Amino acid sequence: MYKIVSKTELVPKIKLFEVEAPDIAAKSHPGQFLIVIHGEKGERIPLTICGYDTKKGTVSFAFHEVGKTTKDLGKLEQGQEIDNITGPLGNPSEIKKFGKVLCVGGSVMIAPLLLQSKAMKEAGNHVTTVLGARSEPFIMLEDEAKKYSDQVYVATDDGSKGYKGLDFLKELLTKEKFDRCVVMGPVILMKDVSEITKPYNIPTMVTLTPIMIDGMGMCGVCRVTVEGKMLFGCVDGAEFDGHQVDFDELILRQRTMLPEERLSSVLADMHGGCKCGRNKA
Amino acid sequence: MAETKPKPKLNKKAVEMAKQDPKVRAKNFSEVALGYTEAEAQEEANRCLQCPNPLCRQGCPVEVPIPQFIKCIKEKKYAEGIQVIKTKNALPAVCGRVCPQESQCQAKCVIGRMGEPVSIGRLERFLADWERDNGYQLPPKEASTGKKVAVIGAGPAGLTVAADLVKLGHEITMFEALHIGGGVLSYGIPEFRLPKAVVNNEVNYVQKLGVDLRLGNLIGRIHTIPELMKEGGYDAVFIGSGAGLPQFTDCPGENLGGIYSANEFLIRVNLMKAFQFPEYDTPIRIGKHVVVIGGGNVAMDCARSSMRLGSSVCLLYRRSRDELPARHEEIENAEEEGLVCKFLAAPVEFYGDSKGWVKAMKCIAMELTEPDARGRRGVKVVPGSEFVMDVDTVIIAIGQTPNPIIQRTTDGLQNDPRHGTICVNEVGKTSLDGVYAGGDVATGAATVISAMGAGKRAAKAMHEYLTNKK
Ligand SMILES: Cc1cc2nc3c(=O)[nH]c(=O)nc-3n(C[C@H](O)[C@H](O)[C@H](O)COP(=O)(O)OP(=O)(O)OC[C@H]3O[C@@H](n4cnc5c(N)ncnc54)[C@H](O)[C@@H]3O)c2cc1C
Ligand SMILES: Cc1cc2nc3c(=O)[nH]c(=O)nc-3n(C[C@H](O)[C@H](O)[C@H](O)COP(=O)(O)OP(=O)(O)OC[C@H]3O[C@@H](n4cnc5c(N)ncnc54)[C@H](O)[C@@H]3O)c2cc1C
Ligand code: SF4
Ligand code: SF4
Ligand code: FES
Repeated sequence: MYKIVSKTELVPKIKLFEVEAPDIAAKSHPGQFLIVIHGEKGERIPLTICGYDTKKGTVSFAFHEVGKTTKDLGKLEQGQEIDNITGPLGNPSEIKKFGKVLCVGGSVMIAPLLLQSKAMKEAGNHVTTVLGARSEPFIMLEDEAKKYSDQVYVATDDGSKGYKGLDFLKELLTKEKFDRCVVMGPVILMKDVSEITKPYNIPTMVTLTPIMIDGMGMCGVCRVTVEGKMLFGCVDGAEFDGHQVDFDELILRQRTMLPEERLSSVLADMHGGCKCGRNKA
Repeated sequence: MAETKPKPKLNKKAVEMAKQDPKVRAKNFSEVALGYTEAEAQEEANRCLQCPNPLCRQGCPVEVPIPQFIKCIKEKKYAEGIQVIKTKNALPAVCGRVCPQESQCQAKCVIGRMGEPVSIGRLERFLADWERDNGYQLPPKEASTGKKVAVIGAGPAGLTVAADLVKLGHEITMFEALHIGGGVLSYGIPEFRLPKAVVNNEVNYVQKLGVDLRLGNLIGRIHTIPELMKEGGYDAVFIGSGAGLPQFTDCPGENLGGIYSANEFLIRVNLMKAFQFPEYDTPIRIGKHVVVIGGGNVAMDCARSSMRLGSSVCLLYRRSRDELPARHEEIENAEEEGLVCKFLAAPVEFYGDSKGWVKAMKCIAMELTEPDARGRRGVKVVPGSEFVMDVDTVIIAIGQTPNPIIQRTTDGLQNDPRHGTICVNEVGKTSLDGVYAGGDVATGAATVISAMGAGKRAAKAMHEYLTNKK
């Protein structure tokens, strides 16, 4: 059982949990993820670690309420317990002094991205962080980003805040030289940024989010094609070289259970949460 | 049934075990084989000759005292009978159901020379089920030795080691990566062959013996073996992490939607109970025309699960019927339930629709070559024999190899790079002092009882190691 020490709503539908898990906290590194399971009939979902405190013995993760499981989780309150958290899983990101690092985060993944910005800053890099979201209300953690970055840019799809779209990045790259780029966010964002950095040969690391079940190399549902080879997102990643990833295949594979996910989600909304009865508001 | 009174040994036929009707069971996930009634168990037990030098026992990898427990059944001393089995086998409810008895204990039974051998597995299951209905008796435990042992993996190998060592007074922590214990018994073998209630019971039993089971702990990530031994204060470690890494065919198109590894399919269906979606949250998407590639127990389990989810299933196997490695009983069961087999064929390529879902596959015919020195026949492709089949779901069941995470994170642990297995000696000792391994991680995918046998031997060696260690 893993107790929720604090619960924060970052922006509508995106929540941040800090959870008591001393063993996991002691071993966590930027780039790793957790598998969270709640309820006797619950599914296993992967969520990226966005903070850990070895003294307090806690780990944090942020999640976007998109379907059944994340909506159920969102109903849990501070002080309540999550049945099982497995982690840390996946390989730690490579953090060292590269020089100038560009960190790009989109939507809910801004939270774990800032852990990268922070670690990159602490490793002595000059850090530029880009926060992206659909529109103004969904831009989050801007103050945090400023703490860990030398430079912060904001971009929205509709231009309601900061730059409109990613075109400004292309311009930025003509003016500034970066030695490393880290992207976390929707697959389409990781794909676009990888395409933008490619002509400049900036090594670009993307955190892939294929469907996962066990998260430790047993099922193969998370397989992705990187440099023409079949790799497992969970044990070979989750971070990969964005210039080598077959993003189009990943997008198709992420959609394979869409009708079922929709059904679950609709039922969850109808019944007001999970069937264990524990979460009814 | 023939009458058994005067000379039971003359009865050449074993007492049948009732099964669910194929038409009914092909649509449900309840257990297929229903078990003996008390009267049937009595009748079958009476067929045993109580051989003074029982050959059957030699066929059992853990040497269960077979005539002794059968005698207890004859005398209706069921509580005693189950204790007799448990001196050697901590998981009789499992073994009685899934051991390949036809090639082990029952293959050696003398009655087998004249007729059908004694149904040892069914009798073992009878006693185990009797105990489940009538309550457990915990065996006595030795005084604490003050020694700490870490067991990695809660599959048959790990459970055996944990049970044996805890009884000897050692303090056992069992680390299991998944959120449920049991290993393949929970995530692989389906409900209709091995009900999860039976597995849970066995896992609970080991916990009741005093083993501390920590779920959701992936060793190699949360702790490494060197850390367990240095900082964790463990005196010895047993690695029973199994063979969970799925193999793929390497054919083009394999990453299309609708193509599952056997592990993914079985984990969804068994561990996560996708057959009860949406009551359970994990979905499975399966079409009307399923092709299962492979021919072992795993392939059979995938095929039979698919039929229960409402699909018609074709098994594609590259050798012929005679080489099918699955248990005979399971092949028969599967065919009764409607399985169609296509022998001597292998996949070449998968084709998808515009949404990236598999819609057809190209196969090629194979032919058997002459047997090699070990008598195993190879296969080769028949040139120009390609053909295309319409499919909407493919399950790849061509084998598993050991999960590499522990090997990668334990310096000095010798392993076989070709098979991914951890190298051990005959009692399960690895190249590291105090570190033992056994089960599928050391042998490659094998059987429940061989994993338990390895666990038994390792537990004995570990006990000696711990006793001699100051
Ligand atoms: C390594 C990894 C790290 C992740 N980190 C985070 C994180 O830090 N925060 C966070 O909110 N989410 C993260 N995700 C995605 C998260 O796991 C999914 O959003 C979650 O499983 C959805 O579960 P659900 O039951 O609520 O929704 P579902 O009903 O399963 O899905 C609802 C919607 O979400 C989409 N979806 C489902 N699975 C994924 C996925 N794996 N990736 C992207 N979209 C998906 C579906 O297509 C569907 O549109 C991560 C995924 C992976 C693989
Ligand atoms: C579908 C299927 C059907 C089968 N049918 C039969 C049958 O009918 N009869 C038969 O005798 N055999 C059968 N087998 C084979 C049998 O189940 C295995 O040989 C046996 O389970 C091996 O036991 P084990 O303890 O070595 O490993 P497993 O049962 O694989 O257990 C290993 C456990 O270790 C855990 N683990 C792995 N890595 C780590 C780690 N790093 N840290 C912590 N935990 C870890 C795993 O999650 C797992 O729970 C079948 C196998 C499958 C897959
Ligand atoms: S454990 Fe298996 S092989 Fe041994 S007696 Fe029981 S059924 Fe037979
Ligand atoms: S060999 Fe057959 S008849 Fe003899 S003791 Fe064993 S089970 Fe009984
Ligand atoms: S999630 Fe199962 S192998 Fe990666």
